[in-house]
Amino acid sequence: MESFQFFGISTVAYILAMVAYISYLVSKNSTVGVIATTLTVGGFIFQTIGFGIRWAEFNELMQLGIIRAAPLANLYESLEFMVWCVILGYLLIEWKYKTRAFGAFITPIAGLALAFIEMSGMSRDLSPLVPALQSNWLLAHVLLSFVGYAGFSIAFAASIIYLALTTSNNRKSGAYIFWTGALGIFSIILVALIIDFLVFRVAGVTYGQTENHILEATFQSESGFIVLLSYIGSLAFIGLLWRYGGSIIKKIADSFSISKEMLDDVTYKSIAVGFPIFGLGGLIIGAIWAEQAWGRYWSWDPKETWSLILWFVYAFYLHARFLRGWSGPKLAIVAVIGFGCMIFTYLGVNIFLSGLHAYGTL
Amino acid sequence: MNEKKENQKENQNVVDKIVDKVWDFFTSIKLTIIILAVISLTSVVGSVVPQRAEPERTIGVLSGIVGEAFAPTAFIVLDALGFTAMFQSWWFLTFLFIFAANLIVCSIDRFPKIWNIIKEPIKPAEPDVLNLMSIKREAFIKGDIDTAKGKVELAFKKIGFKPQLHPESGSTQIVSEKGRYSRLGVYVTHLSIIVLFIGVIIAMFWGFHGGVNILEGTSTSVVYSFRDGKEIPLGFEVRCDNYDARFWEGTDRLKASESWLTIIEDGKEVKSKIVDVNRPLRHRGITFYQSSRGFAPSQDSLFRFAVTSVNGSKENVELKFGESFKMPGTNIKVTVADFSPALGIDQLGRLFTYNPDEMVNPAAFLEFRENDNLLHRQWILRRYPDTWRVQHGIVEFKDLWKAQYTGLQVRRDPGIGFFYLGSFLMTIGLHAAFFMSHRRIWVKISNEKGRVNVLVAASSNKNREAFEKKIDKLIKSLEG
Repeated sequence: MESFQFFGISTVAYILAMVAYISYLVSKNSTVGVIATTLTVGGFIFQTIGFGIRWAEFNELMQLGIIRAAPLANLYESLEFMVWCVILGYLLIEWKYKTRAFGAFITPIAGLALAFIEMSGMSRDLSPLVPALQSNWLLAHVLLSFVGYAGFSIAFAASIIYLALTTSNNRKSGAYIFWTGALGIFSIILVALIIDFLVFRVAGVTYGQTENHILEATFQSESGFIVLLSYIGSLAFIGLLWRYGGSIIKKIADSFSISKEMLDDVTYKSIAVGFPIFGLGGLIIGAIWAEQAWGRYWSWDPKETWSLILWFVYAFYLHARFLRGWSGPKLAIVAVIGFGCMIFTYLGVNIFLSGLHAYGTL
Repeated sequence: MNEKKENQKENQNVVDKIVDKVWDFFTSIKLTIIILAVISLTSVVGSVVPQRAEPERTIGVLSGIVGEAFAPTAFIVLDALGFTAMFQSWWFLTFLFIFAANLIVCSIDRFPKIWNIIKEPIKPAEPDVLNLMSIKREAFIKGDIDTAKGKVELAFKKIGFKPQLHPESGSTQIVSEKGRYSRLGVYVTHLSIIVLFIGVIIAMFWGFHGGVNILEGTSTSVVYSFRDGKEIPLGFEVRCDNYDARFWEGTDRLKASESWLTIIEDGKEVKSKIVDVNRPLRHRGITFYQSSRGFAPSQDSLFRFAVTSVNGSKENVELKFGESFKMPGTNIKVTVADFSPALGIDQLGRLFTYNPDEMVNPAAFLEFRENDNLLHRQWILRRYPDTWRVQHGIVEFKDLWKAQYTGLQVRRDPGIGFFYLGSFLMTIGLHAAFFMSHRRIWVKISNEKGRVNVLVAASSNKNREAFEKKIDKLIKSLEG
């Protein structure tokens, strides 16, 4: 079997796990919970094997030595690796805090990345390294950057629940509206990508696997009626989320005895891991590599600039927390904004801005 | 006289007040938060607006954001405000300066307090102090104080702490600590940012960053500054002996982009190296980086072939466009009649030039003649050995030399040591600040009615739960 088949199986397992975690949250049926964990662990094992195989395939193709053959060279591989990191982080949390309740909130982040891979029709081929990427720094730079990204993603999930929990008694507060908006947009994009998948891949209205169909079944549809319907549906969803979301999440959290202290702890610890590791891997190692390859350790390239912005947002979080005594919803909002910056740093820069980091384009 | 003194005093007060005010301004965390936000937000604009680009390109990008109608106006406004070369603008540099000043002043302001904790090693504490510690445990051990002491010392070693004994009247304290200096992590991180800034400033004033294109077979002793386009003399000569781009098999994806460079000082060759993107050449503090390549053929460009005749005799030949050579050992004359820098073969087997500006897939068109009779004609593709086979032997197309130039970035940065020092300091600073903690344990052993009472107090400035677990392990090994 080839690597992409292992990745395919793990994708299916993670998507099913996401469904199982959400059902578990609603039903509290412990069998469902065990199934969810089993699927996640299974998917993780398959994905890990997939990476091993892909590494070997890449090494075979390039013959540049095993360290330089790390399969982290294009967007497809980096998204897969991002998912791998998030799932690993989640499994550690499930094991450490002995609760499956976070699964329903963290697996959708993996789900979103996988749905994006599926619907963008991005190339899954091995892309042999251009001279600029033929360096031992590649592995360290990408690996550590993504550990950072995974930490920030988990902090995002925990902060959203935190915000839902602490503001549920006041739907008119800014913080409540903020998290319903953020969670709403996140969920709508995820659902829209799943609808894309059902329409273009399952129902077979497809023109081949390499077509980009992002949001074409909903917001980007050819039919004006469907577009209108998508917007109305989204607004209705955010409205419902605003009206009932807080109380539902609070009820669920209470029934799983998830306290806000625990959520704050998860948020802080994820950032306390993500911030220094991203600083080291993304910024410092990135700069050292740039110095050695381009003769310029910092050139305000959009990717560099956004990485710095991202790092500053979390520096802001840490300083506000420790020196200004910020806590509660205010601080959690910073973690959610940080995640928005992270998505832009990772994907937005490559899609919307041009620059030196053009390897990760679609 | 008195009045003058009074005045002086008053002036002194005013100066003090101003200094205090400035100091307060720079020590405020509010300033930190504002300056982080300001740098971030302006950087967002700077990442969207193309930097130091052609106006046409910038206006094109702006059209996509504000619409075609407003794009030229938006460009004029952004250009006037400095957003089109933002990261070099005086106001952005001022933000960075304020950021650095804030960092330095805040660190100086807070440092003495932390230093007081750091310079004092752990010592026995009074019971009321022990009571304040966040982690407290108690255990009882049968036997006398000496056995208890031994047990505690062993338990300390088990969890990786070095015990220090302090006998007191009627009791003994055993104390230990770890990671006292990790409290410096934050300051080391801040210091590293300052060190990086110093490196940047040195590079700005005493370094240069420029570029140069060198045609194969030629040399240069100057490069051109990226800042103002001015010539910068190197003090030695650099020659490009050869440039070669290699591609991944079956694709036009670059695999290697190599320049054979030689340094010449006073007419003597002193150093040679094959430079590629991740393999720069350093000489006398100046570094040459592979950056780009270009195709500029001329009358002087030389075709290089390795020719093997059917009878086995071999020869290397070098000739210009339109010139001829003889197949070794025969009477057959071969002429280079045409050339293509990138010859492709379409599905019908037809040849076409697909990238006239780059030497991606060079091909030479050869005519074979004997006594002026045209025998046959053939395209020879450098990257396809199958095409080298001709009726009268093999003609390997080695290279078209003096047709490509290498694009080098050239830098002199006397502050580079600060960059590496800053990177190193930031790495250990972040590590100490986030992954280490100052952990302290005090154990008081005293006799209590035939058994020994062991009082454990401990504290950690970070990650208390993990340390608490360790302390529980210590208690367990005492009781066991």
